[in-house]
Amino acid sequence: MTLWWIGDIVLLVVILPVVVYLLHRVLGVARSIIPSVRAIAAVAAAGSKDLDGAALLLTTRDQATETIAGVADYGGSLDVILDDAA
Amino acid sequence: MLALVAAGAVLIVAVVLIVLALVFYLVSVIVALAKITRGLDDVISAVGEIVRKSAPVNEIVTSINQQLDAGVDALEGLLVKKAGMQDAVGLVDGLYSGAAAVGFRNFPESTTVTPPRIAEVYTRGTLTLARLGREAPIAAANPAGPVLRNVEAGSLAARQLYPEIRQTRPEHLQRSPVIGTDAPVQYEQREDIGAPRKRLPGRQTATPNGRPDATREG
Repeated sequence: MTLWWIGDIVLLVVILPVVVYLLHRVLGVARSIIPSVRAIAAVAAAGSKDLDGAALLLTTRDQATETIAGVADYGGSLDVILDDAA
Repeated sequence: MLALVAAGAVLIVAVVLIVLALVFYLVSVIVALAKITRGLDDVISAVGEIVRKSAPVNEIVTSINQQLDAGVDALEGLLVKKAGMQDAVGLVDGLYSGAAAVGFRNFPESTTVTPPRIAEVYTRGTLTLARLGREAPIAAANPAGPVLRNVEAGSLAARQLYPEIRQTRPEHLQRSPVIGTDAPVQYEQREDIGAPRKRLPGRQTATPNGRPDATREG
């Protein structure tokens, strides 16, 4: 009988508080992840929006190609017009 | 007997309390994990967009760099060919102070060239204008101080050299006139334009007194 009462007391005084403490810590950690995930989602969405202009790189590449071609044409003409230094 | 029943009741109460605590906290954890899952779905969607949008960037930027490299190589080669190594280094160093130490990419020996003074590359008038205005890129090495404008990105000073039409970026510019047969404004067509001349130039007309009119000679 005495051992039973001792078991009850241990269950109420030790086991139950430990279980509650551990579960409370797990819940706290799980809840702390939520704002971080939301912040990451917002940042990822902003990053995706920032990359909307990446498609314009195609235009930039074409214009760079045309510009270099024009520069090459001018350079060829200058090469013909101007005398060499040596 | 009564003590035995009481001990059993206490045991049952303790077990029920533990089970209730387990249920409450585990359900709360499940709800939190569900929110995390939904948030991660949003993250995965946005990251997928980032990956999709940034996929061609590397290839395109590499292509642009190759084009620009080719342009730089061609211009450097042309400059060295036409101006000579020493004057080319001096010209570049005059435009971008300190650039002579870096030298040309395709001419490693250019780093050993002592850049001549600006006056030896540019004309005296250009140098005078640069010293007066201190806005031209040529004045980057002016002893009076750095240039007033950003020679790499600033364009206002250059744009202000042109008539005041687009500098203030007006919302509505005057539209260009429409010309052609279907233009909204048709001008009257003069019959004498394009027709044979009634009098050839240089032909003298006779005056009533029979003498040629010298004042109407063409």
